[in-house]
Amino acid sequence: MSSIETVASIPLPLRGRGKTASAAPCSGGPALQRITPVSSAGHGIPRWARRLSGPLLLVAAWHLASITGVLPGEVLAGPSTVLSSAAKLIATGELQEAMLVSLRRALTGLAIGGSIGITLAIVAGLFRLGEDLVDAPMQMMRTVPNVALIPLLIIWFGIGEAPKIALIALGTAFPLYLNVYAGIRNVDSTLVEAGRTLGLSRAAMIRHVVLPGALPSALVGLRYSLGIAWLALVFGEQINATAGIGYLMANAREFFQTDVIVVCLVVYAFLGLAVDFTVRTLERIFLAWRPAFSGA
Amino acid sequence: MATSVQRSLKIVVPEAPPRPSGRSGVTTPAVRVRGLSRRFGDREVLKDLDVDIAPGEFVALLGASGCGKSTLLRILADLDREIEGDVEVPVRRAVAFQAPRLMPWKTVWRNVVLGLPGRPDRARAFAALEEVGISHRADQWPKVLSGGEAQRTSLARALVREPDLLLLDEPFAALDALTRIKAQDLVGELWQRHGCAILLVTHDVEEAVLLADRVLVMKDGVIAHEERIDLPRPRDVADPDFARIRGTLLDWLGVRHGKQHDA
Repeated sequence: MSSIETVASIPLPLRGRGKTASAAPCSGGPALQRITPVSSAGHGIPRWARRLSGPLLLVAAWHLASITGVLPGEVLAGPSTVLSSAAKLIATGELQEAMLVSLRRALTGLAIGGSIGITLAIVAGLFRLGEDLVDAPMQMMRTVPNVALIPLLIIWFGIGEAPKIALIALGTAFPLYLNVYAGIRNVDSTLVEAGRTLGLSRAAMIRHVVLPGALPSALVGLRYSLGIAWLALVFGEQINATAGIGYLMANAREFFQTDVIVVCLVVYAFLGLAVDFTVRTLERIFLAWRPAFSGA
Repeated sequence: MATSVQRSLKIVVPEAPPRPSGRSGVTTPAVRVRGLSRRFGDREVLKDLDVDIAPGEFVALLGASGCGKSTLLRILADLDREIEGDVEVPVRRAVAFQAPRLMPWKTVWRNVVLGLPGRPDRARAFAALEEVGISHRADQWPKVLSGGEAQRTSLARALVREPDLLLLDEPFAALDALTRIKAQDLVGELWQRHGCAILLVTHDVEEAVLLADRVLVMKDGVIAHEERIDLPRPRDVADPDFARIRGTLLDWLGVRHGKQHDA
């Protein structure tokens, strides 16, 4: 009983600040420390609002610099100009059309590159012969910078859609290959053994044990691949594009329209965000069995 | 590397009365091992081993770690074929390992029926889970199970295959003391209901004496001692006979405690 009274006599810690308060040595009992529950510690501004305030301050500073003339429009258009030109581009339908074209390119490239990467990874991951044939060339080729291949791709595929999609396909194949291959190789061997004692055939083993086991790292590969797909898109669309975000940007460059360039950059950023959201959703669906995702 | 595993094509029916075999008039064993050797590099882990397990017999295999007992179990489970000698095991056999080894991406009931022919049969899985007392966990992911529950699932997965031989590789070693007692009782019950032959690999002498018809003590790759246990079931740890047998086995394992040993 006396210890409870001792706790009650300790002064409350400062709100939201210190979690502990040192107790004055009381007669009879040891010095006590109050452990503040975590929920009561961080009240006030919600976390998302605090996280948002950084970017907002940045935009405010940008706006201030524009209207005072510190940042001239030829160097970088102000936020208000950017917004109005975004509205204009949306009103004419140019932006939507460009986004659609770019999105289609990225997804086509990813579909082609991803299928190649995943197929090769499965061949190399499951068969010794496949590993011997596939892995060394893949490891060699993955270190070649994709952008350096643009001249070659133009010679091979011309200047139409093909070289752009090929560039994206090349960029996305490798991360998926590496991660799916590693995922297959790192499948828990004790589970494979358990599968054998359950009488799983080779096909059933691949379907029920190996591929599900490789899925977490395959999704990591997908995340990398999607990031690279956008990067490759930016490069690809700078060459001889007649549509797409990159084309919009190249055009804007010709006319020093920094506002349009900024709009395009923002669009790229949002597309990246959307991609990340997609992968997160996939992870939540396919990796529901992982305890790390049950609470998210 | 000639593999000399021969699976008897005959499916031994454990409940059947002893059938005279054509030549010698003894029962067809569920497990028959003759002259089994297994080498890891220079080290000979199993040396010219002979083991028989009768249909429906509960055999415990005791030994210090590294004595080759798990190696023998893996060979009987057909997980290791780099062997010399003759090994015959039933076609229908099942294994429960020390770690439950459930597929984390399959729900509990799908784990239970994984590998059975045909579409996953939920009712069948449910019945097996009911038998080990965790049917209420059927739709959970394995990662949220407690250690005891996961081990029960692993047992259900083994028994749903209606094996003639059940191989248990230290299945209780990772459980806490209370859960272990319950799990041991459960295995005893399940064995009496299913009547399959069981080989239990363990380093727990008490567990071996509690459950087994026959205890084999393994040392340096050979069966050093064989102890038949005729104590009535359910067995009582406090029974003086129990203590005597335990003492003998501890002697053979080289870890005798003076006060436990009264022979």
